[in-house]
This record gives sequence, structure tokens and C-alpha cells, in this order.
Amino acid sequence: MPGKLKVKIVAGRHLPVMDRASDLTDAFVEVKFGNTTFKTDVYPKSLNPQWNSEWFKFEVDDEELQDEPLQITVLDHDTYSANDAIGKVYIDIDPLLYSEAATVISGWFPIYDTIHGIRGEINVVVKVDLFNDLNRFRQSSCGVKFFCTTSIPKCYRAVIIHGFVEELVVNEDPEYQWIDRIRTPRASNEARQRLISLMSGELQRKIGLKVLEMRGNAVVGYLQCFDLEGESGLVVRAIGTACTLDKLSNTSAFLPACNSPSKEMKEIPFNEDPNPNTHSSGPSTPLKNQTYSFSPSKSYSRQSSSSDTDLSLTPKTAPSPQGPRIFLFPSSPTLSCDSPHLKKSCLLLSGSSLNPLHSSHVSPVVLRKSVSFTEELLLAASGMGSGSAGKEGGPFKTLLRQQTQSALEQREFPFFTLTTFPPGFLVHVGGVVSARSVKLLDRIHNPDEPETRDAWWAEIRQEIKSHAKALGCHAVVGYSESTSICEEVCILSASGTAAVLNPRFLQDGTMEGCLEQRLSWQPGFFSIGSEKGEVDFFPQSQDSSSLLGIEEASPPGCGFCHIPYDELNMPFPAHLTYCYNCRKQKVPDVLFTTIDLPVEAIVIGKGCLIQARLCRLKKKAQAEANATSISNLLPFMEYEVHTQLMNKLKLRGMNALFGLRIQITVGENMLMGLASATGVYLAALPTPGGIQIAGKTPNDGTYEQHISHMQKKINDTIAKNKELYEINPPELPEEIIGSPIPEPRQRSRLLRSQSESSDEVTELDLSHGKKDAFVLEIDDTDAMEDVHSLLTDVPPPSGFYSCNTEIMPGINNWTPEIQMFTAVRVSRLSNINLTNQTLNKNFNDLCENLLKSLYFKLRSMVPCCLCHVNFTVALPEDELVQIAVTAVAITFDKNQALQANKAPTEKSQQRASTDNEDQLQFPLELCSDPLASQPFPPAKEVLEGASSHTGIPAAQRAASLDKASPLAEGYLRHRSVPSCTNSTVSVVKMTPLSFLPGAKITKYLGIINMFFIRETTSLREEGGVSGFLHAFIAEVFAMVRAHVAALGGNAVVSYIMKQCVFMENPNKNQAQCLINVSGDAVIFVRESELEMLPVQPSTVVSQPTSSGGDVTT
Amino acid sequence: MTSDLDIFVGNTTLIDEEVYQLWLDGHSVAEAVARRLRGGVLERAGTSVAVLQSDTRDHYRTFQMLERLLHAPPRLLQQLLFQIPPSRQAMLVQRYYAFEESFARELLGKKLSKGTKKDLDEISARTGVSIKSCRRQFDNFKRVFKAVEELRGPLADNIQQLFLLPPPLARDYAAVVFFANSRFETGKRRLQFLTFGDFAACAQHMMLHWTQGALAPEAAEPDGDVPKSFLQDLKELKVLVADKDLLDLHKSLVCTALRGKISVYNEMEANFKPLSRALVNVGGKLTHARDVRDFFVDLVEKVIEPCRSDKWSPADLRLFLGHYTAAPRALPAFRHQALWERYMAVITACLLRMYHD
Repeated sequence: MPGKLKVKIVAGRHLPVMDRASDLTDAFVEVKFGNTTFKTDVYPKSLNPQWNSEWFKFEVDDEELQDEPLQITVLDHDTYSANDAIGKVYIDIDPLLYSEAATVISGWFPIYDTIHGIRGEINVVVKVDLFNDLNRFRQSSCGVKFFCTTSIPKCYRAVIIHGFVEELVVNEDPEYQWIDRIRTPRASNEARQRLISLMSGELQRKIGLKVLEMRGNAVVGYLQCFDLEGESGLVVRAIGTACTLDKLSNTSAFLPACNSPSKEMKEIPFNEDPNPNTHSSGPSTPLKNQTYSFSPSKSYSRQSSSSDTDLSLTPKTAPSPQGPRIFLFPSSPTLSCDSPHLKKSCLLLSGSSLNPLHSSHVSPVVLRKSVSFTEELLLAASGMGSGSAGKEGGPFKTLLRQQTQSALEQREFPFFTLTTFPPGFLVHVGGVVSARSVKLLDRIHNPDEPETRDAWWAEIRQEIKSHAKALGCHAVVGYSESTSICEEVCILSASGTAAVLNPRFLQDGTMEGCLEQRLSWQPGFFSIGSEKGEVDFFPQSQDSSSLLGIEEASPPGCGFCHIPYDELNMPFPAHLTYCYNCRKQKVPDVLFTTIDLPVEAIVIGKGCLIQARLCRLKKKAQAEANATSISNLLPFMEYEVHTQLMNKLKLRGMNALFGLRIQITVGENMLMGLASATGVYLAALPTPGGIQIAGKTPNDGTYEQHISHMQKKINDTIAKNKELYEINPPELPEEIIGSPIPEPRQRSRLLRSQSESSDEVTELDLSHGKKDAFVLEIDDTDAMEDVHSLLTDVPPPSGFYSCNTEIMPGINNWTPEIQMFTAVRVSRLSNINLTNQTLNKNFNDLCENLLKSLYFKLRSMVPCCLCHVNFTVALPEDELVQIAVTAVAITFDKNQALQANKAPTEKSQQRASTDNEDQLQFPLELCSDPLASQPFPPAKEVLEGASSHTGIPAAQRAASLDKASPLAEGYLRHRSVPSCTNSTVSVVKMTPLSFLPGAKITKYLGIINMFFIRETTSLREEGGVSGFLHAFIAEVFAMVRAHVAALGGNAVVSYIMKQCVFMENPNKNQAQCLINVSGDAVIFVRESELEMLPVQPSTVVSQPTSSGGDVTT
Repeated sequence: MTSDLDIFVGNTTLIDEEVYQLWLDGHSVAEAVARRLRGGVLERAGTSVAVLQSDTRDHYRTFQMLERLLHAPPRLLQQLLFQIPPSRQAMLVQRYYAFEESFARELLGKKLSKGTKKDLDEISARTGVSIKSCRRQFDNFKRVFKAVEELRGPLADNIQQLFLLPPPLARDYAAVVFFANSRFETGKRRLQFLTFGDFAACAQHMMLHWTQGALAPEAAEPDGDVPKSFLQDLKELKVLVADKDLLDLHKSLVCTALRGKISVYNEMEANFKPLSRALVNVGGKLTHARDVRDFFVDLVEKVIEPCRSDKWSPADLRLFLGHYTAAPRALPAFRHQALWERYMAVITACLLRMYHD
């Protein structure tokens, strides 16, 4: 019995009129948790009832606390007939279960009804008293923090990044149970909402258990999805990255941001570095996962299609050391080669103190700095290991490779859902790896043993892993999974970026390694620090390393671009040149990745959103035939999507894609592919060549003319785009670059595979055979269309930029104004006798028009950038295409932007150092102080107790816990005065990004994961489909905001709308929609306020004209 | 490929003031799009008509959803559905409750009933305000009227508090409510030269000096009515014209004071008795509901028109009324000094406001 949940129902307002006769309502509230229900008294004849109930107390297991949502139902009392439900509020109490998040949930919640929408509001206070349970075999995982953010959350540092965690739970969908025929739509919707809430609680608990098993304390990049499989059930699955996080000490949050991380570093005495996790690093993992064996599947019941791996791999690739073999090499050789560096680093101690910026500091600082040198050296060593420059480095290289591999090989899946990493974490990037598999759904017979679904995913993940291996990479970053379901066919997709990681960040099996890890990783701070001195570091360390006879380090600005695979045994034909930045190592000519642009990357000009859009008709078919035809179409779609992306990238004069997300959606009679990515020009990669058009019938004069006309148009577009995105790379003399490696063929970075219905392993080469790089051959009208469609992409109007990554390369002076939005469009395809071409055109127009309308809507924000533009395509019915877009528009200061652009090379460093958000995110340290995470536990208790009586808005209460300095408290006192006197709703910002421009996140309050169903039987009366969905999405936003505000937060970061399933039946005047959203609730403080903190009370809220009609608390 | 469903929802609700005004003015989506096209938004933003249509529809939907909340502005501040910055909320309320003076002028003194609502198309045709806009304005008047009908305290303050209107707009609404309550006749032909502003100013003076709220804010009677006791007392003032001696004395006092100071001295002297009778009798008649209706008609017919035909300048009238009001202080037999001044303050202010072409 380790927990006591306490709930108090304070008041209601704006309730609907339930009694027509009196125009009033006799409302009371039922509070339900698990199987226990409490009721308040009936508050008669009021639309603004004041219940002021006692504390309802639930004594429950923490397992139950994690799984169950608190369910609050508002009803209208009726003496003679059944009480009418007004609506419900589900509150996820998970944020109250870990100490660093919220302590109380208190505020106004919209009362939600699945038929009527929001009907008034209710004021609720929820608290949890948790007793520690030290039972080793417990089933709960209270205390594990969850973050949707796909980077190390600001105000935390990662001690260890453990790796991939996944889990799925299945159940029958209540909508498809027999009972659904006799119950009301409302009851059915509520059963579904409740079930999904329960399932996600359970899932989160199970994932938490896995994290605890790995000795982690948090999950970052947590992504939970629902598969509505219809008849065959409901699957809730989640993936994430287990980490051990350490909260940065609270004071740092209030230091001026520019130097907080490094300062704080210095404050920690060197001796107090013991890594609490060194002891935990050994256990279980190594042996457990080695046993993994991959069977080429197709053994599952009722499953017509099976998956074949390595479709795109050239079999000639030298088999990289596989599985168990690698464990024959113990890690000791690596250690022996590392330790000399350590010694050498000591030699450098004196050298480091020469640096004027640091010499004035006390000795620990100097010591620390010397360590940063070591780090550079180690980086150099590992960089060389996988680099291709020195042939004599061969054996050494393999040794290092094996070392890093061994660290990861021990994991079943060396996957990371993160998209942004601490500097140095990412050593090399291989390219995008993806795998898809077509499955036929069958009923899940035993929900407790969801083996089939587990096996499906395991199979796909195994494929991803082997693709990564083929690219010479041992890990996959920016990993994500998705499904597309139509009737009984399901496409499972997974994709990520193959990468070589620095093993020192990961929990390593060897105890000896830990000390060395710790030493080597602190310098991570310095390489990104804001002080100018650090920039000087690189040449110095490079010099010293060459003095020491070690291969030169790969500079961080380009290191990740260097190829991880062996140039003599390339997994696919590729075109390599020496890196344009360091000129030392080989780089490919284009790079596709699913991750965010690394902060240290040197980019020329600005980036832009690039989309490839594609439709393919397919015959309507049943079951296996359907699955087969889909499987047959997939390779062609992937190929075309890839070609389109490549062409569009060239057309913009760019050479790399980040944040690539390819979505393939299956419908009854077509497949749709939508790929979104952010194109950039990486300084390290070669300048892309143009696009050549070649005609098939060269004798025809007019045809020739037409071709040359087109060619001119394309060339013009490229020139225009270069100007638009400010791409003007410095001219390099040819001899420096060196001649490219022969065999100039088009290369593709996209490794992919399809499930085929046949067992035969087909090989698909994504390159264009022997053709020259970017020759588009126009041999028929189709090809003509393709070229035309290339040119139809209109650049955004002036003042607008767009990207689908976190940050827009080339813009670094964001202003605080943000506008998050969701836009949804459903279009009907005009007739059924469509060809692929017209379909493509329609789809293309749909996307382009949607973008255009976004630009128009947001025109008042110019100059601004649409960040994290996320398109989702669904095919809800035969002829309907649904596109949902969520993004955030952020304004920026144009004048500064222009200045910054004049010095493009300086810029990236400047960005790295000025972007305070990112800085906080990166401090990655293996040493930690476990006490630092909770500096003021007693104060917390006091405040919590006090706040419930005083009625100080929860935001301030929670915020006050974070304030450590007396200054901050004074500031708070000032602040709470005005907000107590007025009852205006507090502003909650929402953003799909992990940060807020111009603000500092001071606290994470917990994960928001909400699922809503809305149904109507009076569609016309509610304004048709648009009116219905518009209201529903607004309601979802409102409920998210209310929950965040009740937790004491003022923003949601990493917000994502994971699902928006809309169904309509206009003939019956009905529609239904399901929406699933998630994000991280946070408290942020404006940087400008931080600076003024001691002087000025805040200017937040306060609206003098407000009437102050209602009583709060 | 036609779009069935096309929506855009921002975390901060997007509000385009131009489209809001078009919506308030009662234009359909198609009309609004046409007007925006003519406004040149397309050239500025370089986009297509389809985009403009979709944008306009989005805004119209938002406004329709907001309308329910605009009916009770304090709810707009408390609601959680739309996140709107306070300045925008104030703008929304202010614009929603703003009205055309020409329309309000037509409606002054009419009962805010269903019957009147049926006649709105007539008013719409006369004033050129679209029927939809007329209906919204009428409903606003009626809503405000109903909300404050039973409340105590100063009318304008109540309105300002319940509807969060800026003070000048709240005062105009108070005037509308006051007129609707007192049912003054304003539609007569000879009153046509008076604007809404004139009537509103008069109503404000009456509320300021005559109503209960003006004297004791916590008084029992609602602010919209002039207290019966006061009207009853006004009968006492008739002595000024009924008593021959008093009348003569009053006249000589005024004449002495004004001699050489106004250009129309002779006309004033000649007309003093009918003028004085008119001025006093207007008040005396106010006890009867039917006569109350004629308050403005009487003032125009019996005071303003004679003065105008004698070519009094506004300054002349001001001077005359000043001395006319002050003179009874020197009349030892006149005991209702306070009542007289309270009464004349309003009459003077009204006449001065109304005395124009």
C-alpha cells in the first residue's frame, strides 16, 4: 500500500443548463480511481456550483497509481430519473509520482463530453503521498521520468545514455466488442478513452521497469503510438531511449545563461566525481543480448508476407565481423591503446595553462581543462579509427571499431530515439536506414502475450540493425517506428540513421573503462562553451596531436560527415571526395539523415523544407492478394521518393538532408508516399552538380528546342534557389580537393528493404545504373511530368523560411513570439478513373496549397520560420486524402540575420555559443552528485502545504520550488500579487520544438499524453466537418493547456499530434474523430526577465479590465 | 480535387481584424472574399483566391464559435477554449458591441421587443446597415438591456462591468437602455435633425442629475428610471409661471441681467413668458407616461423652434438659460431652489446640446 491519492473538488463554472424548466443545474461530482468512487453533495440550482468538498482519499498500490487515470465525472442530479452526465475529466497523475516534477495538480479543467465537447469547467486539487517501496520485485516503476523531447532535456545532464527501450500492450478495441451494439456512442467512446488511458499507463510502467533494470532513471525521446487495428484489436506501443539523467543544480538556472554550464562545471571539485553508476554498469546486459538470433521470419501464423533483409545491399560487401565473434576480442587492447593518450594528456597540462582565459582560474579548473585536451586526443584516435586516410592505420582502426562495436553489440538493438546529441557523441553518420514490412492483421488471441506484434517489430528492428552494420555503423540514431493500417493490411515501418557513436558515452561493460570515460567526457563542455577561448582550442589540440604522432582529429564541424564504411568495400556505389572542410578524410557527395542538424555542423546559407510526394494506384484486393500487391509496389515507391528527394535537393543547390521522414500510407485503392526533410548545404560536402536533361529522340528539332528550354529553366531555378538560400560556398582550388575516387555513379544513402511475398531475395540497386549523376532522361510523357512537377514547387514567399527540424540553419536570432498550429485538410479525389500522374499532381497541389495557405495565414509574423513542419497523410476512405500539419512559426530579427550571414563560417560557431538552450542540453558529464537533484526537499513540503490554503496559482507554487536564491523568491512574491487579484486564464505556450526561443526551461513537470474521442450526430448543426473538427482541435489544445497550467507549468515543449483519425458519414449526419497528443509540460522563464530579476517585478498577465467575477479556489 | 474539410487552429487564436469587421458587418464568406480581393491583399501576399477563401472561412468559423462567448464578455476572459491575448480580447468585445449611430438613432425610444426586431429590415434599408449587422446590434441592445434591467447603481458602471466595454461605449449603451426604458419619442419629423449623439448626451445628463443612482448609488430603484417622487415634486415648480407676480419678477431679474449682453434682447423680452411657461411645463408633465414621451418634442417645439426663428445664437441661449436658472434665487417667495436647479441643469444641458441645425 505505498500511496495515498487525495482529491478535492472545489467548484464548477459555466456548467450547461441541464434543467430546461429552471434554466439551472443540480450538479454533483463522482471521483473515481480504480474501483473506488466518492461523491460530492449535490449543489442545487446553480451553473457555478461551489462544492468545496472534503479531501477524498484513495489508498492504492503504486502500480495502480501508474496505470489508472483519475476519473472525475460531473452529473446533474435528477430525483425521478437517472442522473444525467454532464462530462468528465481524466487526470493522469503520473507527474505526481516522481519527485522532481509537479507536487500538486490544481486548477480549472474543462469538463469534456465525447458528444457535446467542452461543457463548463471544474476546479480540482490532486495530491499524492508516496511511500517508498524498496521491494526488488515490484511491478511499478514510479520515479522514472519520461520525456517526449528527443534530446537531453535542458536543465538535465546525461550521465549515461543506456539505449533503446520498447514495449507494447494489446487489447480488444471496445468499439468492436459485442456490447457496443447495445450501448450508447457516449458509453462506447468513454470505454475506449478509459481503456487507452489505462493501457498507456501500463505501458509507461512497463517501460519504466525496463529502465530501472538497466539502472537508468529516465526515458528520453519517448514516443507512444496507438494502432487501431479494428476487429483485431488495439495496440499501444512505445519506444524511447533509457538514460541516467542528473538535474543541473538549480542555481544554474538563474545564472545568466551564457556561461552557466561551464561555470557550474568549475564549481564541482574534481574529486567529487564518483560516478554512482559505475557499479551498475556491469550487470546483465552483455550476456543477455548476445543470444539473439535472427531467423528470416515468415513463420508466423496467418501472415502472408514475410520480410527479406538486405535487399539493397551488395552482397560483395565484406562481411563485417558478426555477432558472437566480436566478443572474442576483449576490450583490453583498446584500453591499452587509450591509456598512452591519457599519459600524454598529462604532458599537456602545462600547455593548457598557457591559455590566457583559463590560467587565472584555480587549480581544479586547470586540471579540468587538461582533461579536455585528453578528450580531443581521444576523439582524434577514434576519428582516425574509422577514417579512411591512413592505410597503415588499418589494424588499429579495426581494433577501435571493434571496441566501439562491442559496447553496442551487447545491446539487442543499439538504437537511439534521440535526434540531437551532445557534441562528440556522434562520430560518423552513415546514412538513412529503413525497413518496411507488410503484414496481415489477425485477431490477437491472448492480449497478455502479444507475441506476434512483438515478433513483427523485432524482425524489422533486426533488419535495421543489419542495414546499419552494412554501412559500417554499429548504431542507429534518430530512430522511429510507425504503422499504416487499412482494413486488415498493415505496413510496419522503421527508420533511422546509421551512425558510429563514441562508446564513451554509453554504458560500457568494463569497469576500467569508466574512469577513462569520465575523464574523457567532461571536456564536452568546453568545445561548445561560449567563451571565445575555446574556439582556439582546436588548432592547438590538432597541432599537439600531430606532434604526438597521432592522426589529426576530425574537426567537429565536419567529422560526422566522414564516411564510417570502408571505401574499398562500400556497401553501395558511392562517390567519395576528400572532406571540403578538413581535406583529410573522405566524405560522400550527399548525406541523408533522420536526425537534427548537429549544432557543430558548418552550414553555408539557410536550409529549406524539401518534400517528395507520390501516389500509386493499386487494385482493390482482399487479404493476401492485397498484401502482395502492396509489397510489390513498395520498392518502386521508395525508389521514386528517393529520386524526387535527390532531384529537389539538387534543384536547391544543397547537399544534405536532415530530419528525413518517409511516410507510406496505405488506402483501399492507392498508396501514398510523403517524404519531408530539411535540405542544407554542408560545407564539408562537395558542391552538388546540376541536373542534366537528356531527350530520347535527338533528331527532332522542336523536341531539342523544348529540351533545351527545360534545361534552361532548371538551371535558372538552381541559380535562383542558391540566391534565395544564400548558398555561396567559397571557391576552392581544385588541386586541394583532390580528384574524386573514380566510378562516378549516382549514389544513394538510402538503404531500404521491403517485405516480399516471395521468398526470393531480390536485389534492388537504388542508383541509376551507369548513367551520369543527374541526368533526367525524358523518354515519355511520364518523365516529362516528373520534370514539370520538379519545377512546380514554389519557394515560400519572402520573409518565410521552413524546415522540419528543430532549428533552422542560418537563423540564430529568434524573437520570443511563437505560434503553434495544426491545420487539417481532407480532399476528395474527383473521379475514380485516375492515373498515377493526375493523382500525383493532385496530391502535390494539395500539399503546396496547404503550405501556401499557411504562409498566408501567418503573414503578419514575417520575418519568420516554420519549424518542425510535420505532415501526416491518411487515407480514411476510398477517395479521401487527409493531410494534417503541425508546426510552429517563430519570428526572428531580420537585421541581425543579415549580419550573421555575412560571415557564414563564423556563424555556426556563434550559434553554438549563443544558443543557450542548446548549451544546457549538452553538458554531459559522467560524474554526478546525486544529492544535487533535490536540493530543497523540506521546503517543498512546506510550500506544498501552504499553497493549498493560500490559493496561490499552481504555476507560482511550482515555480517557487525551483527558486533557490533569495533574489528569486523576492521576485516571486512580487509576481504573485497581481495574479492573485485577477482571474484571467494563464497563458500556456505550445511548441513542437524542445525549446522556447528567448526563454529558459527551469523545470520539467512531466509528460502529457492525452487521448480524446469526439463524436457528433448533428454534423450539419455543428458547422459541417470543418466546424466539427475545428472545434475539436481547439478543445484538445484547451485541455492540454489546462492540464499544463494545473501542473504549474506555462508551456508544452516537444508537442506532437500523433494521431488524428477522422471519420464521417454525412448521410447520417454523423462524424467521429480520435486525437492523440503528447508533449512535455515545463516551466520556462523569459531570459529578459531573468536579467531583470532583481530589479523588476514581472509584467506577466494582469488585465486591469477584468471583472473578477468568479471565485478561484 | 475539392477540399471537404479545411481548418487551421492556432494555439494562440489567429484573429484578422479586417475579416472580423467584414464578419461584423454581416457579409457572407463570398462577399468578404470579394471585398478582400478588392482590398488588394492578394497582391501584397501573392497568393491565390482559393487560399483567401479558405482563410476567410477559417476566420468566420472562429468568430462563430467566439460569438457565444462574446454574449457574456467576462466569460471570454475566463474561457479556456481560445487562447487570446488580453488586448485582442478587448478588441473583440469592443468591436462586437460597437454600433452604427444611424441605426441606434432609429431605434432610440423603441421597445426592444420582437415586434421591433421584425421591422429591422426597414431600418436596414433606411440606414444602409446590412440586416445581419442590424440584428447583431439589436440583440446587443436587448442583451445589455436585460442584463442591467434589474440591477442597482449607475447604469453605465453596471454595463461597463458586465460587458467589459470601454467607458464611452458603456455610456452610450446606458443611454440606449435609458431611452428604451423611458420610451421618449424621437421619431417625429421635427426631431429628425437630432443625432444619436445629441440624445445620448441628453440621456446622460438626465441620468446624472435626475435618477436615483445619481443621488444614492445603493438606492433601491434601478438606475434606468427617474424616481417618481422627483417627478411629482416637479409640479411644485409650476408656481413660477402660475403665480403672476413671481413670473414678472423672474422676467425683470433676467432682463436686467441680460440687457446689452445678448443680441436678441428684444425678442427675448417679448417671448419670455411663453418660453418660461414651456420650460416649466415640460417638467410638470413628466408624471404622466404619455407626456414623458413628448419631452423632446416639447423642448423642440416650444423652446428651440421659437428661438431659432428669432435667430438666437447658441451663446445667447446659453446666457439666457444661465440667468434664467439663477434668477429665482433672488425670489424670496420661491422655496424650491434645489429642486429647480436640479431640474434646470438637465434642461439647460439638453437644450444647449440640441440647439443646432
